[in-house]
Amino acid sequence: MTTHATRPAEARETTEGPVYTVTGGDWDEFAAAVESADDERIVVNMGPQHPSTHGVLRLILEIDGETVTEARAGIGYLHTGIEKNLEYRTWSQGPTFVTRMDYLTPFFNEAAYCLGVEKLLGITDEVPDRASVIRVLLMELNRLSSHFVAIATGGMELGATTVMIFGFRDREYCLDVFELITGLRMNHAFIRPGGLAQDLPPGAIDALREFVKTMRKNLPEYDKLCSGNPVFKARLEDVGYLDLAGALALGATGPILRSAGLPHDLRKSDPYCGYETYDFEVPTTDTCDSYGRFLLRLEEMRQSLRIIEQCIERLEPGPVMVGDKKIAWPAQLAVGPDGMGNSLDHIRNIMGTSMEALIHHFKLVTEGFRVPAGQVYTAVESAKGELGVHMVSDGGTRPYRVHFRDPSFTNLQSMAAMCEGGMVADVIVAVASIDPVMGGVDR
Amino acid sequence: MSDDGHVNENTSTNGLPATQGDSGEPIARRRGMFGANNGGDTSGYGGLDRTVRMPGASQRPYGGYFDEVADELEGALEEQGVDPAEAIERTVVDRDEVTFHIAREHLPVVCRTLRDDPALRFEMCTGVSAVHNPSDAGRELHAVYHLRSLTHGRLIRLEVSVPDSDPHLPSVVETYPTNDWHEREAYDFFGLIFDGHPALTRIMMPDDWQGFPQRKDYPLGGIPVEYKGAQIPAPDQRRSYS
Repeated sequence: MTTHATRPAEARETTEGPVYTVTGGDWDEFAAAVESADDERIVVNMGPQHPSTHGVLRLILEIDGETVTEARAGIGYLHTGIEKNLEYRTWSQGPTFVTRMDYLTPFFNEAAYCLGVEKLLGITDEVPDRASVIRVLLMELNRLSSHFVAIATGGMELGATTVMIFGFRDREYCLDVFELITGLRMNHAFIRPGGLAQDLPPGAIDALREFVKTMRKNLPEYDKLCSGNPVFKARLEDVGYLDLAGALALGATGPILRSAGLPHDLRKSDPYCGYETYDFEVPTTDTCDSYGRFLLRLEEMRQSLRIIEQCIERLEPGPVMVGDKKIAWPAQLAVGPDGMGNSLDHIRNIMGTSMEALIHHFKLVTEGFRVPAGQVYTAVESAKGELGVHMVSDGGTRPYRVHFRDPSFTNLQSMAAMCEGGMVADVIVAVASIDPVMGGVDR
Repeated sequence: MSDDGHVNENTSTNGLPATQGDSGEPIARRRGMFGANNGGDTSGYGGLDRTVRMPGASQRPYGGYFDEVADELEGALEEQGVDPAEAIERTVVDRDEVTFHIAREHLPVVCRTLRDDPALRFEMCTGVSAVHNPSDAGRELHAVYHLRSLTHGRLIRLEVSVPDSDPHLPSVVETYPTNDWHEREAYDFFGLIFDGHPALTRIMMPDDWQGFPQRKDYPLGGIPVEYKGAQIPAPDQRRSYS
């Protein structure tokens, strides 16, 4: 060592050679300054790999003792570029992508996307009634399964593992119905532009009736377990407080907005898929807190069951895809010896008897249909709030631009307003009451 | 939305996508394989060659509540000493939706008016979506806002266009705090710079990322994959028909 940036290390000779004492720069003064400051401000990173932050959400908390003085969310860890990918696929390939965004509300994503494509095409009124009824049915089932996960994970984060077991048990019933109807538990791509991928399978109605019966029996269990429970209430009440002015300013929708007392629900205010003809109520509370949101989710599930029952009653036989052969996806699916695939009857028809059908099949599958240029905004009331789609077509066979306004993304902004000034332990409860799903936040 | 029998020009009455009218100015020209629909070329070798036109400006009456919103907005802007003809470049009604094209310097006052005027009262902004149109010279980048009025049950769209060489527009976070993250997202993916935003940083991509990934000239990326013995090219290398 011949040169020193600051000052030479002090050395003293011992029998075992020289011993250097390294003291760099002005660190002594720096350490003294830190020691003399008596505040306990610490910046803590919660996540992105933390079991109680709902997926890969990173919370950056500045804490003073046990109090959170500042809270910020770091997101983007699950960004998959779905919006960009859609621009390189045909319009009918879209549902396969969007169903993977908020993976707990796949049918809402698909429905919002398909309603947008249909509006661009101008065929909204031609979607068959049966397709709309099944869409409503699937969306309400999806509301149940999403709320079950919200309650289950919320309970788990509090340490109430029984709530978690109950929630996931009941979600499993929902997924069983999804699997029966679409063939998949998640990532269905079942709702397609113009209608549905296929009709309900045999036995679906019976399974749905059975499902409603099971849910009517299971839902009161949450009330018994949580609603009046003093420990549960003590953890949730007045935690994650966001009043109406705050919710509107931050654009929060869904249970957060309704927990502040505003009965805003797109199913009522801007109906789609025929929601105006169903009989249901929009529950609200005026507590503005996590407990209110928990109660709301329970009540919304009861209302969803009512809608599901009405759907079962009004299912009439009929087509589930628009009649227009230039838009309707041509493949007819059937279960063969090697699993689900194209129906052999359909292949026999297009290969053997109808050249016209073969041409349509080929053109639609390789090229896709053209959508007239323009832009639309369609929105559905997902389990988490307003799920909006801004969709631009340049007249081609692929979307020019699709933007999803995911409710989780917007609602998560209110995390700071809910958590700052509270306890660290309450951050977990507040975030759980927002119910963000990072697949939707980051897309 | 409105049930006044407004017929969309871009959709024929039987619901099929009609051939596009030349209502708007051409914004791009696309060439590709197949799909030629001009002239008598049935050989298929001509290839696709088409002009892209977005729906053009509409004339009054716009129909539904659109006239009322337009009247109120124009009146309220005039009261504040802003020339409505200057602030609202044009109004497009298409598919039962109204779009007000706003000059960028007037965006904050327009948003503030739309939110605060009791007759307008658009309390909720559903964020900003950006669109990149590289061939539309001077108007390459678009910021699109959807405003919802819970009081009156209305929905309108504002569109602001800025050139790629000067991608600045004023932030509306002051009026709609919800746009904080949405504007960061539009900056992150499109490079739109929202002047006056409290902390315009990247939100999805890493902080040191170069480029704006959702611009049209930014490659999608991907590798070819083998499927049942055949090489399937990466998605952005596949045959395009549009």
